[in-house]
Amino acid sequence: MSKQKANALREEILRISNVDPLKCMRCGKCSATCPAYDEMNYHPHEFVYMVERGAVEELLDDTSIYRCLSCFACIDRCPRQVEPAKLIEAVRNTCLRKQGANHFKADMLPGKLDPELPQQAVVSAFRKYAK
Amino acid sequence: MMTFSYYPGCTLKNKAKDLDEYARLSARALGVELEELNEWQCCGGVYPLSKDEIATKLSSVRALMKARDNSGTLVTLCSACHNVIKQVNRDMLTDDYIATRVNNYLGADGQYHGETKVIHFLEMLRDTVGFDEIKKRVVKPLNGKKIGAYYGCLLLRPAKTMQFDNAENPRIIEDLIEALGGEAVIYAERNECCGAYVTLEDKDFAAKRAVSIKNNAESMGAELIVTACPLCQYNLKVNAAGGVEVKYFTELLAEALGVKEGFDE
Repeated sequence: MSKQKANALREEILRISNVDPLKCMRCGKCSATCPAYDEMNYHPHEFVYMVERGAVEELLDDTSIYRCLSCFACIDRCPRQVEPAKLIEAVRNTCLRKQGANHFKADMLPGKLDPELPQQAVVSAFRKYAK
Repeated sequence: MMTFSYYPGCTLKNKAKDLDEYARLSARALGVELEELNEWQCCGGVYPLSKDEIATKLSSVRALMKARDNSGTLVTLCSACHNVIKQVNRDMLTDDYIATRVNNYLGADGQYHGETKVIHFLEMLRDTVGFDEIKKRVVKPLNGKKIGAYYGCLLLRPAKTMQFDNAENPRIIEDLIEALGGEAVIYAERNECCGAYVTLEDKDFAAKRAVSIKNNAESMGAELIVTACPLCQYNLKVNAAGGVEVKYFTELLAEALGVKEGFDE
C-alpha cells in the first residue's frame, strides 16, 4: 500500500469513528479489560496507536477486527474517553464496505444454525460482519 | 391500570417467547399493561458505532416516534433492543450530525429529536411498581434459593447513556431477587461479556467466555443464573452446557407472583 493510500484510509477511519487517538495516554486499560484480548493479534490499545501512525493495512487484513464483541467495556473504562471500540468498528467498516467484502454471507448460515440459536445472534452477526 | 408502549423485538417473538410472555403476565398482575407498538421493526441487534451509519438507526427511530405519539415512554425487555434503542435515542437528542441525516431520511414520516423516555422492564418494576410493592404481591416466594444475576454488557454500558445502574456494581436484579424471596449471589463476572454473536464466527471463543462466567457464578454458590438477554441465555446454556440452570428473570418473577401457569407454550 502506498503511503498516500494509507493516509487516505487513516483519514477515513478517523472520520467515521469520530475518535481522536492523540487523547490516548497509553495506559492499556482498554486491552486489559477486553474480553477478546486472547483472541486478537492486535489489541484495542494497538488499534489506537497504529491508526494514529497510519499503519492501517495490517489492521484491515487481520482477523482481530472480527473478534470485538461490542461489549463497550473499553468505551466505559477508558480514562481519557478515547473509546477504542469505535476505532475497531471503523476499521472493520472500512473493510466491509468494499464490494464483495462481506465476512459473513447468507450461504454460511445454514451450517451454523441450531434449534436454540436466537434470532438476535443472526441479526447481530450480519450487522457486524456484513454490509 | 397503567399502560406503556412496549417494544418486544424479533427474538421475543420466536426463540425467546417465554421471556416476553412471563413479562406480560407479571406486568398485568402488577397493574401494568404493555401495549405492543404497531409494525415495529428489528433494531438490528447491535448499536452501529460509526458516525456515518444512518440507515441502520432508522428502525429504532421509527419505534421511538411511535412511542412518543402514544404514551411518551417506551418499555423494552431484550437487553440488545434496549441498548440499541436507548443509544439511538441519545444520538437523536444530542448529535446534530446524526439527527439531521436521520430526519432527512424520515421526510414525510415526521421529525424526531429524542423526546421519548426509554426504560427497561426492570426499571419499570423498580421505579413505577416498586420492589416493596412486588414483595407484597409474592405468593410463591423463592425460599432463599441462591441466585446469581447475570447482567452482561448491554443493560449497563455505555453507563453515561444507559443510566441503568452502577455499571461496575449493579444492584437492580439482586434487589428484585431479594424482593421475590431469593438470596442474591454476587460474583465478579456478572457484568462481563458472554461471547455474544461471536458464537457464529468462532464458537470456541464464545464458549470460553460463557464457561468462565458460569464457573465464576457457581464458585460463589449460585444454584441458578438469571438473565434478561436471549443471546446471553443461549451462550450460558448451550455454549457452556451443564452446570447450573439459566433462566430469564421474568420466569422467576411470574413464578413468584403465581401467574406462571398463564403461559401457553
